[in-house]
Amino acid sequence: MANALSQQKPTVESISRQNRIRIGRLFIYGPLAVMAVLYLMPLWVMVVTSLKPLDEIYGGSFIGLPQTVTLDAWRSAWSQACIGTECTGLRPYFVNSLLMVIPAVVLSTGIGAINGYILTKWRFPGANFVFGLLLFGCFLPYQAILIPMARTLGLLGLAGSIPGLVFVHVAYGICFTTLFFRNYFVSLPDELTKAAMVDGAGFFRIFWSVILPTSIPIIVVSCIWQFTQIWNDFLFGVSFTSGGNSPITVALNNIVNVTTGRKQYNVDMAAAMIAAIPTLLVYIVAGRYFVRGLTAGAVKG
Amino acid sequence: MSTLEIDRVRKTYGNLEVLKEVSISIGTGDFLVLLGPSGCGKSTLLSMIAGLENISDGEVRIAGKVVNELSPKDRDIAMVFQSYALYPTMTVRQNIEFGMKIRGVPPAQRDKAARSAADLLQITHLLDRKPSQLSGGQRQRVAMGRAIVRQPKLFLFDEPLSNLDAKLRVDMRTEIKRLHARLGTTIVYVTHDQIEAMTLATRVAVMKGGVVQQLDDPQTVYDRPGNVYVAKFVGSPSMNIIPGRIEVEGTTATAIVDVANRPAARIPGIGLSSQAASTYANRKVLIGIRPELFSVGNGQAQGAISVDVDVVEPTGPDTLAVFQLGGVEVTARLPPKQVNARSSATLAVDTSKVVLFDQDSEELIN
Amino acid sequence: MNAAKSFSSRLAGWLPRIVVAPSLLIVIVTVYLFILWTGVISFTSSKFVPVYDFAGLEQFIRLWATPRWHTAVANLFIFSALFLMLSTGIGLLMAILLDQNIRAEGFLRAVYLYPMALSFIVTGTAWKWIMNPGLGIQKVVNELGWTSFTFDWITDPKMAIYTVVIAGVWQSSGFAMAIFLAGLRGIDNSVIKAAQIEGASLPLIYRQIIIPMLRPAMLSVIVLLSYIAIKSFDLVLALTNGGPGSATELPSTFMFSATFRRNQMGVGAASAIMMLMTVAAIIIPYLYSELRERNNG
Ligand SMILES: Nc1ncnc2c1ncn2[C@@H]1O[C@H](COP(=O)(O)OP(=O)(O)O)[C@@H](O)[C@H]1O
Ligand SMILES: [Mg+2]
Repeated sequence: MANALSQQKPTVESISRQNRIRIGRLFIYGPLAVMAVLYLMPLWVMVVTSLKPLDEIYGGSFIGLPQTVTLDAWRSAWSQACIGTECTGLRPYFVNSLLMVIPAVVLSTGIGAINGYILTKWRFPGANFVFGLLLFGCFLPYQAILIPMARTLGLLGLAGSIPGLVFVHVAYGICFTTLFFRNYFVSLPDELTKAAMVDGAGFFRIFWSVILPTSIPIIVVSCIWQFTQIWNDFLFGVSFTSGGNSPITVALNNIVNVTTGRKQYNVDMAAAMIAAIPTLLVYIVAGRYFVRGLTAGAVKG
Repeated sequence: MSTLEIDRVRKTYGNLEVLKEVSISIGTGDFLVLLGPSGCGKSTLLSMIAGLENISDGEVRIAGKVVNELSPKDRDIAMVFQSYALYPTMTVRQNIEFGMKIRGVPPAQRDKAARSAADLLQITHLLDRKPSQLSGGQRQRVAMGRAIVRQPKLFLFDEPLSNLDAKLRVDMRTEIKRLHARLGTTIVYVTHDQIEAMTLATRVAVMKGGVVQQLDDPQTVYDRPGNVYVAKFVGSPSMNIIPGRIEVEGTTATAIVDVANRPAARIPGIGLSSQAASTYANRKVLIGIRPELFSVGNGQAQGAISVDVDVVEPTGPDTLAVFQLGGVEVTARLPPKQVNARSSATLAVDTSKVVLFDQDSEELIN
Repeated sequence: MNAAKSFSSRLAGWLPRIVVAPSLLIVIVTVYLFILWTGVISFTSSKFVPVYDFAGLEQFIRLWATPRWHTAVANLFIFSALFLMLSTGIGLLMAILLDQNIRAEGFLRAVYLYPMALSFIVTGTAWKWIMNPGLGIQKVVNELGWTSFTFDWITDPKMAIYTVVIAGVWQSSGFAMAIFLAGLRGIDNSVIKAAQIEGASLPLIYRQIIIPMLRPAMLSVIVLLSYIAIKSFDLVLALTNGGPGSATELPSTFMFSATFRRNQMGVGAASAIMMLMTVAAIIIPYLYSELRERNNG
């Protein structure tokens, strides 16, 4: 697995030290700084816009600091803005997303862990094929399953409900989490499980006492990845829920696409920030693991 | 403590036959070393004894009891792995006690057993550390501690020293030997290092390609290797295998070897069984001479041979001299500073330990 | 007693398979069976609800006769090509610059990558606001004195798809950067030292040695970004809602609106199958080669 990013391993430092003179460094820092500004600009715009009163938005520049700072837009986005005909703000949808994301993350990570354990330490004939089947699921364009899933959720009585969404996210999340754990466990020596077997431990005991305690990093990676994916999901939310059961992304899109009256851009931005804050927080707190999740399937290790 | 019988055991992975009818039997307190190059099936055989791999065919008996169907935990064995396989999140104490905990041994007893094992291996001060805080040698000791507390019928070691540096390897070798002498438990030990085999074993099984080539005590394996493969694998520098011919008189043979630009060399006084003597009289054979059987001789002695030395390699205690004999490169282990490179030398051969091999089958001629 | 023992040991032997079976069942049903189901629907005349008659290729014919679908496919090509080139190029450049043993590397990396943590809906919302011609970039530049400057792509049917490219590249180039950087960090130092001793200059070393060694990373980036491009849905919905008109329609949004808004389930299913085949054509060879190398290595 590529945790290379987290290790500060110098590669071409000696070259750069020799060949690069000070002016050369300018060509390195210059573009990097410009890019950094460009990357930060949308976040900056979202924050300052969300803090401005509406008049200032229509009067002043969208990029400048607010002259009067107000949290009205945030208040409105959180508890007053209209989503469809209900003017409840994002709060109930935020709660929906939490009710969806927590069980889905826990279940998919747990199932992925035990699948990865089996596919590496208890290989059976056809284990590789099973892994291949799961792996393709990571790359499934979900449009190809929307109609059958909608019908099936209806048959199961889960249509339009949060448990239904949890089921969908777990079903497709297993593919990713299994990949994470499998790739991690492949690098644990098989002798570890063999030693535990000689010590008398069985299938579950080895998993629980020997394998899981060594897997904290990959558990974090899996949880963060799943949390980000599920929190940010829109397609399943908009396809399988309606009205008050929608997750926050769907509600945000509804707020933003309201076409009646004077457009409240500050509320839009505050709402976007509210929807973004949980994943941004996770990213800030555990960015290292986030990167590992991103690159997990992509770079072999 | 117990006997171990491996009876016509085979192992196949699909169509790949990894072990072919392996039979080995050792007694109580024996130290069996499975010796062979990487990939010859040693670990597979050990795993089958441990119950970590299925036995495709044949039987494994521990203390006379067939264990084919028993899981590892029911075989009363303990195993030390090449990578030590210490549980990384547990302390040394927890590592050692893990097996006992699973078997439901009460805490007080566990603690006592862990302590005495730690005392024996001098790792008492490490009991509360994690494996990542230990050096290679210390990890090795912990792995052995984990095995010892089981008080098993049989210890299994899979290349336990090959991850250690050279100096530590020698120390731990001695330690293992001491441990065996003290506990007296039957041991099966896998290695590709012939010196480990020679120093530790009471019985050596030399393996190649899933077949046991020879099963004997180490000295016999060294002095009378069963075939050319064993002869070359055991001993360093390895035994010289020289093509030649023998003339027989009674049960004594004289080997005749071509020497470039000189008359053929004659090495008399090689003992033979009467049957072999009649079979091989005047036939081509392979003559096996260990490097240390050569000595610097004088020209008059019977069986002295004259050679042109190409290279000399001083090793400290002796010097290795390399020369051509019978069309192959031959190495002699001689006292230092007795011969020079690119000059001729006269060497004598201790013929009592010269061995002969059949030219075609490469088997030892008795 | 013997029988009991062999039963329990046989059970132990089957335990891993028993434990993995439910997951496998779920995936077989929700991935493979559902694909098949969608495929079946694409051969029926389903409209509002599935009906299981056989309509042959009717839906595919209808799909390819829909101008909107043509727009969607053309857009997908434009979007994917630009999105891939720009994300890969910018990502590679930033990775190489970041690899020059610079200060504040961790901070910069974090800045380039944070968009990846955002929902495409959030990204779309933000960029919709930034590119709003009345109040966004255009207005700022105009007020700075360049009064003739216009940036109204988002409302211009000809240019709107490029706004999707901009927002997409902003969101995903950091991802390319991360993979390239991991690739760069994995390159053996001694190779570079050896080239240096031979007197190769730094640009030459990059062109001739390092970038060719990034081939596996490059392959991963291209495959994964293609996959992101093909399934892009929320970004378009939030940024342009497929408009103006149907100017920014993509196959993903086409499928969704055909199925859930226009009651053309059969056409929706047919378009989904087209998407799936495109993804499969890219992903299956990739997975195959990855898995095979992994087994060999
Ligand atoms: N699970 C397996 N499937 C197929 N072949 C195997 C498997 N395990 C080991 N082998 C093969 O069996 C042979 C013996 O392996 P091993 O016992 O590990 O050798 P050694 O320990 O002597 O180095 C090797 O050629 C190896 O490739
Ligand atoms: Mg081995």
